[in-house]
Amino acid sequence: MEHLVKEELTAKDFETDQDVRWCPGCGDYAILKAVQKTLPEIGKEKEDIVFISGIGCSSRFPYYMNTYGFHTIHGRAPAIATGVKLANPNLSVWQVTGDGDALAIGGNHFIHALRRNIDINILLFNNEIYGLTKGQFSPTSQTGIKTKSSPQGTVDRSFNPGNLALGAQANFFARVIDIEPKKMVDVMIAAEKHKGTSLIEILQNCIIFNDKVFAGVTAKDVKLDRQLWLEHGKPMIFGAEENKGLVLNGLKLEIVTIGENGVTEADILVHDAYEQDKTLHNLLITMSAPEFPVAFGVIRSVEDNSFDENIWNQIKEEKANAKYSSVDELMNSGVTWEIE
Amino acid sequence: MSKIVEELNDVVIKFAGDSGDGMQLTGTQFSNTAAFIGNDLATFPDFPAEIRAPQGTVAGVSGFKIQIGNQQIYSPGDEADVLIAMNPAALKANMDWIKDRGTIIIDSDSFKAKDFEKAGYNNNPLEDGSLQGYNLIEAPITKLTKDSVAEFDIENKSRTRSKNMFALGIVYWLFNRPLEITENFLDSKFKKLPELAKANKAALKAGYNFALTVELLPSSYKVKAAQLPKGKYRSITGNEATAWGILAAAEKSDLKLFLGSYPITPASDILHELSKHKSFEVVTLQAEDEIAGICSAIGASFAGSLALTTTSGPGLALKGEAIGLAMMTELPLVIIDVQRGGPSTGLPTKTEQSDLLQAVYGRNGESPVIVIAASTPSNCFDFAYQAAKLAVEHMTPVILLTDGFIANGAEPWRIKRMSEMPKITPAIVKGERGDWNPYTRDEKKLNRTWAVPGIKGYEHRIGGLEKQDITGNVSYDPNNHEVMVKIRAEKVARVANFIPELTVAGDEKADLLVVGWGGTYGGLHTATSAMIEQGQSIAHAHFNYINPLPKNTAAIFAKFKKIVVCELNNGQFVKLLRSELPQFDYLQYNKIQGLPFSKGQLINEFEGLLNGK
Repeated sequence: MEHLVKEELTAKDFETDQDVRWCPGCGDYAILKAVQKTLPEIGKEKEDIVFISGIGCSSRFPYYMNTYGFHTIHGRAPAIATGVKLANPNLSVWQVTGDGDALAIGGNHFIHALRRNIDINILLFNNEIYGLTKGQFSPTSQTGIKTKSSPQGTVDRSFNPGNLALGAQANFFARVIDIEPKKMVDVMIAAEKHKGTSLIEILQNCIIFNDKVFAGVTAKDVKLDRQLWLEHGKPMIFGAEENKGLVLNGLKLEIVTIGENGVTEADILVHDAYEQDKTLHNLLITMSAPEFPVAFGVIRSVEDNSFDENIWNQIKEEKANAKYSSVDELMNSGVTWEIE
Repeated sequence: MSKIVEELNDVVIKFAGDSGDGMQLTGTQFSNTAAFIGNDLATFPDFPAEIRAPQGTVAGVSGFKIQIGNQQIYSPGDEADVLIAMNPAALKANMDWIKDRGTIIIDSDSFKAKDFEKAGYNNNPLEDGSLQGYNLIEAPITKLTKDSVAEFDIENKSRTRSKNMFALGIVYWLFNRPLEITENFLDSKFKKLPELAKANKAALKAGYNFALTVELLPSSYKVKAAQLPKGKYRSITGNEATAWGILAAAEKSDLKLFLGSYPITPASDILHELSKHKSFEVVTLQAEDEIAGICSAIGASFAGSLALTTTSGPGLALKGEAIGLAMMTELPLVIIDVQRGGPSTGLPTKTEQSDLLQAVYGRNGESPVIVIAASTPSNCFDFAYQAAKLAVEHMTPVILLTDGFIANGAEPWRIKRMSEMPKITPAIVKGERGDWNPYTRDEKKLNRTWAVPGIKGYEHRIGGLEKQDITGNVSYDPNNHEVMVKIRAEKVARVANFIPELTVAGDEKADLLVVGWGGTYGGLHTATSAMIEQGQSIAHAHFNYINPLPKNTAAIFAKFKKIVVCELNNGQFVKLLRSELPQFDYLQYNKIQGLPFSKGQLINEFEGLLNGK
């Protein structure tokens, strides 16, 4: 790998003069800091970085990033980001979105961006609620949640963004949480390095409308037992005593304890993020607390050409075999006749 | 038999058959040959929305009308002099559109009882006397086609498929046309299937020889070459011309072209055409929906491409919010709406001008954009070019309206040279940033400038929230909002200083001014010029610029006592004129049948208006 660190850029270079206007205590602040720390590490100049967002609390993000930025319309950021990247593949394109923006109004663009594998990074802030419109349930809200638009509790089933993404042929999926700044940076760097659409689901706490929704995973007393941080090539071990692990039992995951019933570390599944087959990745993504730990880190990272690369390769090939070198030539091609 | 050749000034020919009979190809071939020998012409393909409607039914009839002439031809004409009907349904669908004593050529092999029943005839129309008064030519086209291709090694189902070539051969004899253009076409189309090329050529030749030999045809006709301006010509459809106009603008402006589009009738051919030309560094994205089509184009525009999205009425409705975003962020964007019959899904394969108000007003908030309209197949080239020029120079979305009639219609086009196309100067930032702001404006045009990702020092943020004047920061300030709404309106209004003035064909002191816009030019011009030639007191003004209107519009209207606004809708442009220029009285003439104006109808209407003065 070439030396990527641009010494002259620091996190501070990516701050803007605009007041950040999220609610005090919002998880978005930590994500913003993590992104500003990530960018000096990716080897791009400021002018070659673009932030695109849709609508929602998270979508204010571009105003706070001293790069090129575009705050667009609800749900459409993947399509706009696709246009930006196709127009100039040299740009590092980041899409910032939320669970309503990406999975409700923008669901179609979201799945098609993943299907095509356009080389952009999608930061999906998942707080399982609509914040900007003041507290309605979202497509990731847990069934039964009581909100302003569901006073009796929802009867809607919810999406798991990772399962949806893999169904849409996603090659890169990672999950992090807003209270783990260092791990966010690591995952964001991995996402930027990955060629193709990189989706990061960031569990983000909405302090006003859905506070502590992830407490069952993040509370100090349960955290170690309910979080599994995956690393490629490492066994899937977790727990306060680092003695719990995952094994496959038929087509299901099962938790075992090392040292009990003859289980040794060698029995524990080893994470392979590069595996093409989606089955195990899906099982990991689906795990939910309290029965299972929630999987974090880079869960899937499969190499392939990106959409923009394929498009531009085709253009290069067409250029090399061009029938016409100018529009004049094109217009004069085929059947023509002279009138004297 | 000695050949009697009658000379005609102009003639309308209609090819009609089942939608699988190859009538579009047949018509196109006849057009190309006619154009090649110097006739002026205009064509009008007319096909069902279904790819293959039930065979033999009237719903499944596909037609192709062409008018050729020895003078300039502005419309495909009304009633046909010659109808080629490949089956009873094709005959039935066109009976109202044949001139008295016109020639009807039918395939007698396809007039069996079950055929005319399928077409909804109770009796055989060939026997019930309903065709008396026409010059009916019955030719066993299916059988003779089979015989003519017997010697070739082709699939059985292909043996009768060449009957369109046989019919074309008859028509070529009838109009003294060479076979060569079509023979060359067949050779190149079936390059990899030489037997099929030979079979089709044989059928074509057999049709020609049949007509030459039999005594069914009393005479053949000659339409001399037209007196067209000197130059090099080709045949072009409106959709092709649109695609090429945009390609030309990309080359002239030195911008890469990006098209984001979702397939929709009748606009898809622009997507098809541009997709062929990747060698010009054209990126075409077939998006997941109409909204993604325009949004990807907006992204490409933000990133510095000449950005285009193409659609028809229903798609324009879906794109509304995104057009507002491009308007708000003042990014250049060309939106091409090939109008079709509406509302809702409407009449996808029929023509109409009913998206005008949607184009001008159809967005939330105060959201002015430039709206222009092409008026002939070939000037789609010029207006697509102009749409791109206005977009990148004035930094605004531009909606170009064409319609199914001119988009699918073809005519000879004197090929433009890039050197004669006007210069395009995109409003891209130059040099160091200095005190540049995202909404710093040009004093004359009021456009902001285009700072594209990748340009160092110009990092900035834009978005759909209201902008603070100059800085472009988010602003909820009440007075600023009013200022910005007015600046955006004024920016579009000032485009009037950069577009041509309205012109009038005919006497500026005439009693009646006929006003039209967009794709009705050919019909209105044909009718008004015929009346002017007869000495009637009529003139014609045709609009290509809808928003803003040409600066001299009021001055022109003031010269006339009576103004009639003719549109293929229920009165949209007239509504706009009544609101923009309320000092004039407007009569209106509207046709809402999914069909173009016909010369006869128009003359009738105008004479009524003149006599009723």
